[in-house]
Amino acid sequence: MSELMGIYGVWLREVKVFFREKERVISSLITPLLWLAALGTGLGASVDLQGINYKDFVFPGIISMNVLFVSLFFGVYIVWDRKLDFLKEVLVAPVSRTSVFLGKMLGGVTDGAIQTGLLLVVATTLFGFNISPLSALFAFLIAVYLGACLVSIGLIIGANLSSPEGFNLVMTFVMWPMFLFSGSLFPTSNLPGWLDIVVKLNPLFYGVDALREVMVGQGQYPVAVDLLVIGVTTLAAIVIGAWSFKRMQV
Amino acid sequence: MIKTFKLTKKFGELTAVDALDLEIKEGEIFALLGPNGAGKTTTISMLCGLLEPTNGTATVNEFDVKKQALEVRQSIGIVFQSPSIDDLLTARENLELHGILYGMNKADRTKRIPEVLEIVGLLDRADGQIKTYSGGMRKRAEIARGLMHMPKVLFLDEPTTGLDPQTRTHIWSYIRDLSKKNHITVLLTTHYMEEAEYLADRIGIIDHGKLIALGTPYDLKQSLGANDIIVAKSDKDIAKLTKGLKFVKGIERDGELVKIKVENAGKNLCQLLVKTGELGEIEVRKPTLNDVFIHYTGKDIREDSAEGGIFERSMNSNNR
Ligand SMILES: Nc1ncnc2c1ncn2[C@@H]1O[C@H](COP(=O)(O)OP(=O)(O)OP(=O)(O)O)[C@@H](O)[C@H]1O
Ligand SMILES: [Mg+2]
Repeated sequence: MSELMGIYGVWLREVKVFFREKERVISSLITPLLWLAALGTGLGASVDLQGINYKDFVFPGIISMNVLFVSLFFGVYIVWDRKLDFLKEVLVAPVSRTSVFLGKMLGGVTDGAIQTGLLLVVATTLFGFNISPLSALFAFLIAVYLGACLVSIGLIIGANLSSPEGFNLVMTFVMWPMFLFSGSLFPTSNLPGWLDIVVKLNPLFYGVDALREVMVGQGQYPVAVDLLVIGVTTLAAIVIGAWSFKRMQV
Repeated sequence: MIKTFKLTKKFGELTAVDALDLEIKEGEIFALLGPNGAGKTTTISMLCGLLEPTNGTATVNEFDVKKQALEVRQSIGIVFQSPSIDDLLTARENLELHGILYGMNKADRTKRIPEVLEIVGLLDRADGQIKTYSGGMRKRAEIARGLMHMPKVLFLDEPTTGLDPQTRTHIWSYIRDLSKKNHITVLLTTHYMEEAEYLADRIGIIDHGKLIALGTPYDLKQSLGANDIIVAKSDKDIAKLTKGLKFVKGIERDGELVKIKVENAGKNLCQLLVKTGELGEIEVRKPTLNDVFIHYTGKDIREDSAEGGIFERSMNSNNR
């Protein structure tokens, strides 16, 4: 019971802080919209892929990108929390580290869900995407599910970084490669061997694949397979994350 | 209630806490004093499970800090030295979240929040974001948070640094009552000697991670070996002039001021003046904790090899 309350407390803090930082919400909404304008509208004006317009092809990719950016940023950000001591209060509370991890993770998932929901609505309105409410709902749920996986990975990294200086390195060497080699921007069915392996090892790929299936019917694997891979990765990440939180010192 | 067994923490080459053996009884208010970098915060961090000891261990409320970290955390409350309160949230929200984390139910939280806000005098600013607070108000909010739930053991790491005298006095008396009424064990660190004097049942002085003095404030003052201190203005060589006077226990010079530790000034002052001749701006006072602190930790400011300050050296020369 008190563990549940602990999870709730950690989660509530994240949500409250999120609503205090409206600038962050706005700015992380702008980035994917710019990508959509440049790639979707710009490149899409003259390029068709696999029988659909590039704009429709890339939209699921940009949603995944947004989930990745928001989630990973949220997770790795705890290295700053540690530096600025906000985490101490939670770490001395009578709550197990597993619960602290889960509370943080759910907080990040909630932030991500709100941002994804906003992006879906705003982008569909601005760029006139043609998706049914039902596939939009599925896309939303998949994005949230993917968020749990990516926030967990981010938290693992954040808990193991020894100093905030590593933050930018993570953005450069983890976030961008994950995004670029996930199939967000290009089809993955005909990749050369090495690139195929890199892409298939990237959890984000399965998110992109599932989203592309429900939004434009162009997934490489069935959605169930994608969800299974993401689910297993998430579980592994939770176990490693809880362990990382246990040995985290401030 | 708190017991450390050769508790040690090393950061690379530096030994921040060095085989510390300490026992603090239930309901006791214990003040840990020591110069900057002595290892006070590091000790507290290990006791509350934020830092893993390099060697040795400790128990808090009978629980081992290494093996029963969660049980230890269930027994304690803490006010950190460095700010740790969420400044995007209001004081009330911070307290509410704290209550939730510590498993307090809604009714308890609703009752307790105004109480602690009242103690630290923040009731009227409770709904402002912490980032709009002054430094002292922030610190007060942190204290309020540390007092929210009733722990068995309370760690206060320089709780009143930066507070105005009124607030400080008010908080002191509250902490004292709280501890005595509810048998709460308090481990306090401070650089304010009045604070230790007012609150502490016993005092430990640490330096370079080692305990170098331990006792009640009264015992520690007694340990100086003199019950009066004479401060005067003079450029004479007092040590030489007072040679052979048994009641003179030590001499310390600070610019043109000279501090003479003596036994029973009421009886011996006359004899002293006969030897020294006229002294300016003379003042006789009782030894304070400040004298004790300087005596044990040396007079030099830290990051200096402070192995015994002038006081100790002149004492030695005097005893020869
Ligand atoms: N995370 C750390 N990494 C390396 N050295 C550290 C770390 N934390 C503390 N130290 C060192 O350990 C020593 C003890 O520090 P500590 O914070 O315990 O001192 P303190 O007694 O609390 O001092 P103050 O009165 O200034 O608060 C210092 O020399 C400090 O530089
Ligand atoms: Mg300290």
